[in-house]
Amino acid sequence: MNAQHDQDRRRVPRGADTAPDADQGANAAVAPWQAQDRADDDRGARVIRLDTARQSAGGADPDGERQEGPGPLERRIAAGLAFLRRRLTGEYEVDEFGFDPELNAAVLLPLARAMYRHWFRVELCGLEHVPRQGPALVVANHSGTLPVDGLMLTVAIHDHVGRDLRLLGADLIYQVPLLGHLSRKAGHTLACPADAARLLDKGELVGVFPEGFKGVGKPFAERYRLQRFGRGGFVETALRTGVPIIPCAIVGAEEIYPKIADLRPLARLLGLPYFPITPTWPLLGPAGLVPLPSKWMIQFGEPMRLEEHGPDAADDPMTVFNITDHVRENVQQMVYDTLLRRGPAFF
Amino acid sequence: MPTAAARVVLVTGVSRFLGARVANALQADPGIERVIGVDTVPPTTPLGRTEFVRVDIRTPSIAKVIASAGVDTVVHLSLVTAQSVPRSKVKELNVIGTMQLLAACQRSPDMRKLVVRSSAAVYGASPMDPAVFTEQDEPVEAPSHGYAKDAVEVEGYVRGLQRRRSDLTVTVLRFVNFLGPGVDSPLTRYLRMPVVPTVLGFDPRLQFVHEDDGIEVLRRMTVEDHPGTYNVAGDGVLLLSQALRRAGRPFVPLPAQSLSVLGDLGRRFAGQTGFSPELLRLLMYGRVVDTSRLVAELSWRPKHSTEAAFAEFLSAHGMGHPGPLGLLDRLGAALTRR
Repeated sequence: MNAQHDQDRRRVPRGADTAPDADQGANAAVAPWQAQDRADDDRGARVIRLDTARQSAGGADPDGERQEGPGPLERRIAAGLAFLRRRLTGEYEVDEFGFDPELNAAVLLPLARAMYRHWFRVELCGLEHVPRQGPALVVANHSGTLPVDGLMLTVAIHDHVGRDLRLLGADLIYQVPLLGHLSRKAGHTLACPADAARLLDKGELVGVFPEGFKGVGKPFAERYRLQRFGRGGFVETALRTGVPIIPCAIVGAEEIYPKIADLRPLARLLGLPYFPITPTWPLLGPAGLVPLPSKWMIQFGEPMRLEEHGPDAADDPMTVFNITDHVRENVQQMVYDTLLRRGPAFF
Repeated sequence: MPTAAARVVLVTGVSRFLGARVANALQADPGIERVIGVDTVPPTTPLGRTEFVRVDIRTPSIAKVIASAGVDTVVHLSLVTAQSVPRSKVKELNVIGTMQLLAACQRSPDMRKLVVRSSAAVYGASPMDPAVFTEQDEPVEAPSHGYAKDAVEVEGYVRGLQRRRSDLTVTVLRFVNFLGPGVDSPLTRYLRMPVVPTVLGFDPRLQFVHEDDGIEVLRRMTVEDHPGTYNVAGDGVLLLSQALRRAGRPFVPLPAQSLSVLGDLGRRFAGQTGFSPELLRLLMYGRVVDTSRLVAELSWRPKHSTEAAFAEFLSAHGMGHPGPLGLLDRLGAALTRR
């Protein structure tokens, strides 16, 4: 019965306050779809009726017995109306960063999830390395001309770890209308030491792409070669707050918009870091914005603990440089390994 | 000095809402012998045992008041934030008035304590801001307009006085926007517009402090010794869109430029307050401050969160949710009852 409970819980859409789940940790290495399917297969015949009536909204009632209560469709519509009502009356909570968990789980993530499942067919590895609770800093490689990799990483962690990844974004994002406040509502914030330390102090899982624009805007010819890892600010923050660094390799994002040229004068005119030319953009107009359907793999590595250095090491630039290089080499090696395992880019 | 308690308190800006409320709170304290209120205009509400002296703090006569009454504590509240007064006059009131007041404080041998009302606007508002400002943070883009710039200058002069009179207990309070039944500010007028224009593509995070909490903080800072700079805000954050939905106010997103033109027209022809550059920046980028230092120092939390302060403001002005929601409720209830 206990196992049944755990499986049920996995099906419930996650809110902000998902309890960390030990059982999930054990199952985490299984590919996500298999875990879902297995949960369905294991379902005992005797308890199926009650569960489907309550959980799988929209599914037909198998026996047609429960006529006295409202049916699943009605419940679903009522839940939708309640959601709509909360949104229209502003009766929801946001945190001090502007994170709106309800909007994120109900509107923003489902949009990205469709792409995650059906377009990029993301496969995950090493999920057991991502802590189910407590602060940690996920450090990943950045690529793809547009930062779609951040979006996919957020979906992966939300759906398979049950936590909200709080990304640190470039200041350009917060200058652009719409993008800035959507990014805050999705839980992300500006990449600055104060915000990173504040999130980690609150026990959040924080994600960072230390390569920044150099990584995301590198030409296709340099794919999967990591750029400089910024100035090591993320290592200083990790040292000061004493949190582990989780290295992460994202493979597949390099092929979504292969940047074959860069119109520098136009980029300067528009105030952008680069203006990419891809095989389809701007040749096909808006259709060029559709990413190529590459096959993605995301690999999490073993947590790198920095306790041995102590918080004072953050003021020692040599230690910071060394750790930064070490993390970078680690991620680069993981990228090469995962690239080999993935094989061809589009199948 | 054997006792830390204030005995003769001078409150500036006493004819305005905040000054009158603070003077009322202070005169209820039996430990305070005299409360002297000064302003350029006579008070509109009765002040009780507070003695009103009509004096312009921009003139040296303020020094005479301080010296003759033996004032030991000055509560400086007359930071003008409204746009109804011409900008040059506001600056004169805020900056020159503070300079004269501080000069008088420096001279007086009885002076022990200075409490200054400043504003969280000193942090500015820009897309490069950290999500939450602490008292040590410098503004990323220093405010270059309006009362925000005045507040920065006022704080500068207060630091100068602190250097020269290190025996003074100086408290600077950076308040976020006041909200409550009695508050009338550019922001409350903005929120009470029948159709609220917002900036297209921006949804700022806002914080409010309830008037009662603000007055309680000012009272405690006056009767107790808490030197330093403190942010004052209610707990929690509201997004502008969320606040307007709670108010049941329709809102129209407009590009930033047309919004400032609209505000200008409103000021010229409809007697409205318009959108000052600092209000416009707040409506684009928002601002959130960290109040943990205040909470730790006073061992006290504001009684009203940002949400509660806003809710009270709404009920005081009869704002709330419009009718069509009733339909949603009935529909939802019908479905779940069946």
